[in-house]
Amino acid sequence: MNNKHRQWLWLLSMLLFLGIFLSLSLGRYSNNPQKVLNVILSSFGMDVPVDPSMVSIVFNVRLPRVLASVMIGAMLSLSGAVYQSVFRNPLVSPDLLGVSSGAAVGASTAILLGGSLITRQIFAFIGGILAVLITSLVPRLLRNRSNMMLVLSGIIVGGFLGSVLAIMKYMAEEQTQLASMVYWQMGSLATVLGTELLAILPVFIICSVLLLSLSWRINILSFGDVEARTLGVNLRQVRTIVIICASLLTASAVSISGTIGWVGLVIPHLSRLMSGSDNTRSLPTTLLVGAIFMLFIDTLARTVSSVEVPLSILTGFVGAPLYALLLYKQRTKLD
Amino acid sequence: MDALLQVKNLGFSYDGSRQIFKDISFEVRAGEIVCLLGPNGIGKTTLLNCLARLREPLEGSVLLNGQEMRNMPAREVAQTIGYVPQTLLPAFDYTVLEYVVTGNAPWLGTFEKPGAEHYQRAMEALEQMAISHLAQKPYTRISTGELQQVSIARAIAQKARLIMMDEPTAHLDYGNQLKVLRLIKDLSAKGYAVVITTHNPDQVLLLDAKTAIIDQLSAFHFGPWQDIFTEELLSAMYGVPLRIIKVEGIDRMVSVAPEL
Repeated sequence: MNNKHRQWLWLLSMLLFLGIFLSLSLGRYSNNPQKVLNVILSSFGMDVPVDPSMVSIVFNVRLPRVLASVMIGAMLSLSGAVYQSVFRNPLVSPDLLGVSSGAAVGASTAILLGGSLITRQIFAFIGGILAVLITSLVPRLLRNRSNMMLVLSGIIVGGFLGSVLAIMKYMAEEQTQLASMVYWQMGSLATVLGTELLAILPVFIICSVLLLSLSWRINILSFGDVEARTLGVNLRQVRTIVIICASLLTASAVSISGTIGWVGLVIPHLSRLMSGSDNTRSLPTTLLVGAIFMLFIDTLARTVSSVEVPLSILTGFVGAPLYALLLYKQRTKLD
Repeated sequence: MDALLQVKNLGFSYDGSRQIFKDISFEVRAGEIVCLLGPNGIGKTTLLNCLARLREPLEGSVLLNGQEMRNMPAREVAQTIGYVPQTLLPAFDYTVLEYVVTGNAPWLGTFEKPGAEHYQRAMEALEQMAISHLAQKPYTRISTGELQQVSIARAIAQKARLIMMDEPTAHLDYGNQLKVLRLIKDLSAKGYAVVITTHNPDQVLLLDAKTAIIDQLSAFHFGPWQDIFTEELLSAMYGVPLRIIKVEGIDRMVSVAPEL
């Protein structure tokens, strides 16, 4: 059983690398995989003929974007899966909990204040964590801890933050601030920079490693407070680490690419269907499947037409029907 | 033999002023079954939760293996006490084996994951409950009675020597109720101490157990049922006439209502 899972992860990793290579080969300048292969081989010191402008295209234009999509897909899916477990609710996602809107409000504030990239990231994180705190507080205040109440609470917080975001846009200076805010918020990786990637890379690595190594404890958190405590789990400590990590992942993704819907909801479902609910298996699967999914979506976004398609449009078009399909497959399990 | 659990002058209050119960003292030893009895809302489950350290008592103390329980790390408590909640509310469809293996949690570090030996221990617990055929089934797709057995199997995988169950028969049909009582009896024969809450005084007689009663006036009674159970006490506690009689052809006392 363990071996089967390892083979499965290898398969997904190979698929991801193949996808990265194919995506690097696709673009406006040239669609020739041989040329890209040569560029990659020569960068490893091999003596092959290379097209100099292709080198620049691959390393400065396509590679940052490809890596960004892979990382953002992995981050959003992993955080979605973790939120679903911690809140014992397969219906929640970074969007539904208001984390994405909170991060968006934070990042927009940073843009309004004219802050740097790092400021934007920090503000996005603060906004995201505040949003998830308020969302999880409402059911507690109303003394109704049902799944439905948490979802409603997320809708309330998300809706309110949506209005805050609208006010900020309304107040923003039209030519510069508003443009960059709207552009950023639509979810595009067209202008992603290597420095932006470097800024979120440590967050991605540290939080993912922490969450993956806590994956079995996350199973226990998903049983609820009473069971977790009687199993001797330091509930507050583990839950705090897990929620902070998930929120950091979401906020970092949002700070670069704006809010991209559906990924954090659909991919965890799909992954649980593929490898079972046990988080020790489903979290690594989610990470890889999310990366592959987002790579596919972003490659589509930049190649499907002569103009760039915002990512949220595509994730919606692909994600929503996929979610419907998953629900159809699981219909006997949901009562 | 020393007591696993010693309860001394325990008192509890939700708001700090109105006491739910007070002056509760008793001991639980290995191999003993203790049934907590009392009318609705008197605080049976609250008492059980104080014993499992799910709630903080207002006064008094609970000693586990002779140590003050409130000063012990949660892990250490969980190495001795297994808790079987009244209902499980599964949110995800883990397999029965994946669920039972979490019983190893108090024996593993925070970042550790269960290995082959831990799955082995979980399988052995399932075998003890005679439900190893359920191992690969999602625990969302088994019956309530089976779910109860799975929950007990996890407490066994936990290597808990003291198993607490909150109304273990509450959601079961009559046959499954009796099967769970049989299980409890078997556990005690194997040396486990078992503390349960129940609404049915006849279960105490069936189990031939010790009983801890919080009566309608919040007075506490503890001892073997033979010393505690009287028709007066039970009738006053439940507010209906009850009889404790010997039925012909059955070699035990039964507690029954003579009429409605």
